[in-house]
This record gives sequence, C-alpha cells and structure tokens, in this order.
Amino acid sequence: MLDRPATETQITHGRRLWLYALGGLVLFFLVLPSLIVVPLSFSDTRFLQFPPPAYSTRWYEAYFGSREWRQATWISFAAAVLTTIVSTALGTLAAYSLHTMSGRAPRVLYAFFMMPLIVPAILVAIGTFLLYAQLGLNNTMAGIVLAHSTMAIPLVVITVASGLKSYDMNQEMVARSLGASRPRAFLTVTLPQIKVPVVTAALLAFITSLDEVTISLFVAGGDYATMTKRMFNALRDEIDPTIAAISTLLVALSVALLAASQFASRGEKR
Amino acid sequence: MTAAAAQGPNAAELRADARRERLVLGALAAPGLLLIGVVALAPIAWLFWLSVRKGDSYTLEHYARLLHPSYAYSLQTTFELTFLVTAICALLGYPLAYMIAQARQRAAAILLLFVLFPVWTSLLVRCYAWLVLLQRRGLVNTWLADAGLIDLPLRLVHNFTGTTIGMVHIMLPFMVLPLYATMRAIDRDYVRAAANLGATPSQAFRHVYVPLSLPGLAAGIIIVFILCLGFYVTPALLGGGRVMTWSMQIERNVTYHSDWGAASALGVVLLAMALAIFWAVGRVIGFNRILGGR
Repeated sequence: MLDRPATETQITHGRRLWLYALGGLVLFFLVLPSLIVVPLSFSDTRFLQFPPPAYSTRWYEAYFGSREWRQATWISFAAAVLTTIVSTALGTLAAYSLHTMSGRAPRVLYAFFMMPLIVPAILVAIGTFLLYAQLGLNNTMAGIVLAHSTMAIPLVVITVASGLKSYDMNQEMVARSLGASRPRAFLTVTLPQIKVPVVTAALLAFITSLDEVTISLFVAGGDYATMTKRMFNALRDEIDPTIAAISTLLVALSVALLAASQFASRGEKR
Repeated sequence: MTAAAAQGPNAAELRADARRERLVLGALAAPGLLLIGVVALAPIAWLFWLSVRKGDSYTLEHYARLLHPSYAYSLQTTFELTFLVTAICALLGYPLAYMIAQARQRAAAILLLFVLFPVWTSLLVRCYAWLVLLQRRGLVNTWLADAGLIDLPLRLVHNFTGTTIGMVHIMLPFMVLPLYATMRAIDRDYVRAAANLGATPSQAFRHVYVPLSLPGLAAGIIIVFILCLGFYVTPALLGGGRVMTWSMQIERNVTYHSDWGAASALGVVLLAMALAIFWAVGRVIGFNRILGGR
C-alpha cells in the first residue's frame, strides 16, 4: 500500500505520510473540540473537570427545568422555522428570476443578494436595531424573522442558483408549449428537479437562523431573547455546565441536519 | 415571406408579451431584494448619514475622533488578528484541501463531512468548547502538565492567543471549501504531462499544480479575511475583554455610550475596508469565484 504511487508524478503513499498526518491532525482540530461538550454535559460537578468525576443528568434537568431556557428555546425554534419558510420562498423565487434574466442584470442583482454576507454582521446588527427602534420591531418575532431572513436569503440564492445551472430550462418551455401556465410549469416541472438544492437551502436557512448571534444580541431581548443571546451572555458572565447540556443537544441537532443534507444530495445522484 | 410575417402586427404583440413576461419574471426577485434592501442595507446608509451629523449640521468630528490612540490600537489589533488567522488558515487549509482533493471520490466525501461538521455546529458551542479546553485548569493545560512539558499553566484564553485559536477553528472551513472546489477541478493530465516531460514531483507540484490552485486559495483568503475583519462573537468571548477589535468598539459605543456618531463612523470605516479589499481582489480573480455563483 505504502509504496503504491499516489499521484501521476509517481510519488508514493509512503512518501506522502507527512501529508496524511498533517491533514489528519487538522481534521481532528476541526471536529474534536466541539465533541468535548458531550462528556462534560453529563458531569456531576459544576467545575469543568475532565474526565468528569461522576456522571449525572443534572445539567439537562437544569436546562429543561428552567423557564428562561425553555422560553428561549421556543423563540429560537419558532424563529428558525419561520425564517426557513420566508427565506426559502423568497430566495428560490429570486434565484429562479435571476436565472431567466440575461445580460448584466443577473450579475448585478446576484452581487446585491450577497451583500449581507460581505457586510460585517455587527454593522447589519446596529443598523437593523436602529431601524427597528423606529418601527417598534425590536424584541418581536417579526423583527427577528425578518433580520434572520436577510442573512439566510443569500445562502438560499447561492444554493438554488447553483442547482439551476445544471437544469435545462427548455423542459419548462416544453411544458408551456403543451399548455401549462408559467406557475404550473414551474411547480410541476422545474421545482421537482431542483428539489435537492431547495431542501439543502432550507436546512441551511434553518441552521443560519438558529445559530445567528450578532443581530439577535441587538434585536432580540426580553421575552423574545433567543437561545443564542442567552448563551452568549452566559458565556461572557459565568460559565455554567447547563451550557454544556444545551451545547450537546445543539451538536446532536447539527449532526442530524448535516446528515439530512447529505441524505438529500445522495438521493439526487441515484 | 417569413421576414415580412415577423414584422406584422402579430410580431409586435409577441414582443409586448415577451416584455411583459420578462417584467413578471424579474419581479419575482423583488421581495427578496426589498427585504435585504430595507432591513439590512438601508439602515447602513442611515448609519453613514449619522456618521457625518452632529445636531443639525454636518461634521467630520466623529471621524476625527477615530484618530484617538485607543482606536488606532484596536485597529491594529483587528488587523493583526485578521492577518494571523488568515495566514494560519491558509497554511493548515492548503495541505488539508490537497489531501482531500487527491483522495478517491468516496473517501473525499467522508473527509469533507469532517470539514462541514464545524460549519453546521453552533458558533457558540465551539466558543464554549474552546473556553473549556483552554482555560487555566482546562484540558490542554492539564495534558501539557501531565506530559511534563510545563510547570505552570499557560495563559491560553481570555487573550490574543485564545482568540486566534478560536477564530482559526471557525474560519478554517471557509478556506478549505473553495480550495477543495478549485483543486478538484484541476485536470490531472497537466501534472501527468509535467511528469512525462521530466519534472520531479516537487517541480510538477510547484510549477503546475500550485499555480492552477491559486484562484481557490485567493478566494479562501479573501473570504476568511473579510469575515475576520468584522467578526464580533469570538473575540468578545475568547478575548475576555483584553482583545479589543474594531467590531467590539462599535458594539461598545452603541451599548454602553449610545454614541451613534462614533459607532457609525467606525462602521463606515470597517465597511469601506471590507469592500475595498473585496473589490480589489475581485478585480484580479473575478467576483464569481469568491461568491461561488454564476
């Protein structure tokens, strides 16, 4: 195995070991730290000892028993679901619309859609806070969802636009020449074929909203504080192992969503 | 015959139809544009306005205040952090992306999952994990002490070091993914041809492979650089108040001092720097490469 050639230049796997070692270490660095929260969350002590001296589920009980955390969790999930609906719908329509345009327009509009990714989040955060103060949208569900959607739409546009690239629009033309209206042709011919990118985009939108910190710090307060806002404050002030329990649940959710996105794209290749 | 028919009244109607349809299709993008324009971008224009106003008159006072040493210091901190994190990400990300790009399709798919996992994991969870790992009596210090490498615990977090480690962890996938996409698309026949023509493996790599992978590296660097420049959460949590970045100055001016003039001026400068860098690099390697779009 080790003396088999690894590349076209006849370098062997044996002489590449350093690359595999380095690459492996970097992968460890990427994955392991997040997993450290799992054993910690089952610790019996409030000190961050590792390995924990004894195991218990007390931090999970603390989390589920806390009205504030339950409320924050509810707000975060409600906001994430609504953001997913709003941003997937608007982003998919936008990507489709851009796809049908020609000339310079789609490039310029595409760049515009990417602005929320390029502009530093802290700026969007204070700007939105300022706007919401005038409109009375601070600390409301509508405000959170609209702000999160502006962050999620660019990702939806990227994902769906790349899916549309490999889609032949003539199929829709055929459907229309056979008498289907444009909306009907889109819904019955185009949409099913870009299902995978749309689902992936929806998952991305969901996780984007659930994980959004900077804007939420400003526009989500009081009864509408999101989980991320409470976690941020808890991490800044005093570290409580309840955070480890919440983190473990969030890691489990991330794994599930990542698996779902992989599953969706597997289905497409078949 | 056909040419004459195409100029008839029917043709005019068809053209009007086509125009109407283009309008309707274009309008489909409007709700998204409107939302981003109103909620995210218009307020920034407003900040720009606030940054040059005092009372009822125009002023450059807020910008003049940015010359104060404390701002110069945090600007320096921001750039040091940004350059360091970007450099480390490039150094770690290039070999990793290369390894994955060279792997077989199935193996590459699995290795990529390891790169994607942190992206899908909550930012705060990862910051928390680093706080736990790097604190005075944290895992890293315990291991180092047990291995006999250190006598006293190292200061690894609530300072510049901890912030750098945490930021590299968060930014690395944004370096690896565009690099990988570019490397995967490199036609291996070029490297094979170089080898056939007598290039040693390292010559083929340096003179053929690396230049072909540069657009991906540039895209990765620009994304990481811009994200780092305006990043707020990780420095605020892992810096422990000792690392004061430009974005933290903005937050501080709004939250503690309600000083919108100063916050806006800081924001305008930050945005100008981010856009200038984005534009400069985009001119060289093409904007679409950076954004992965059309």
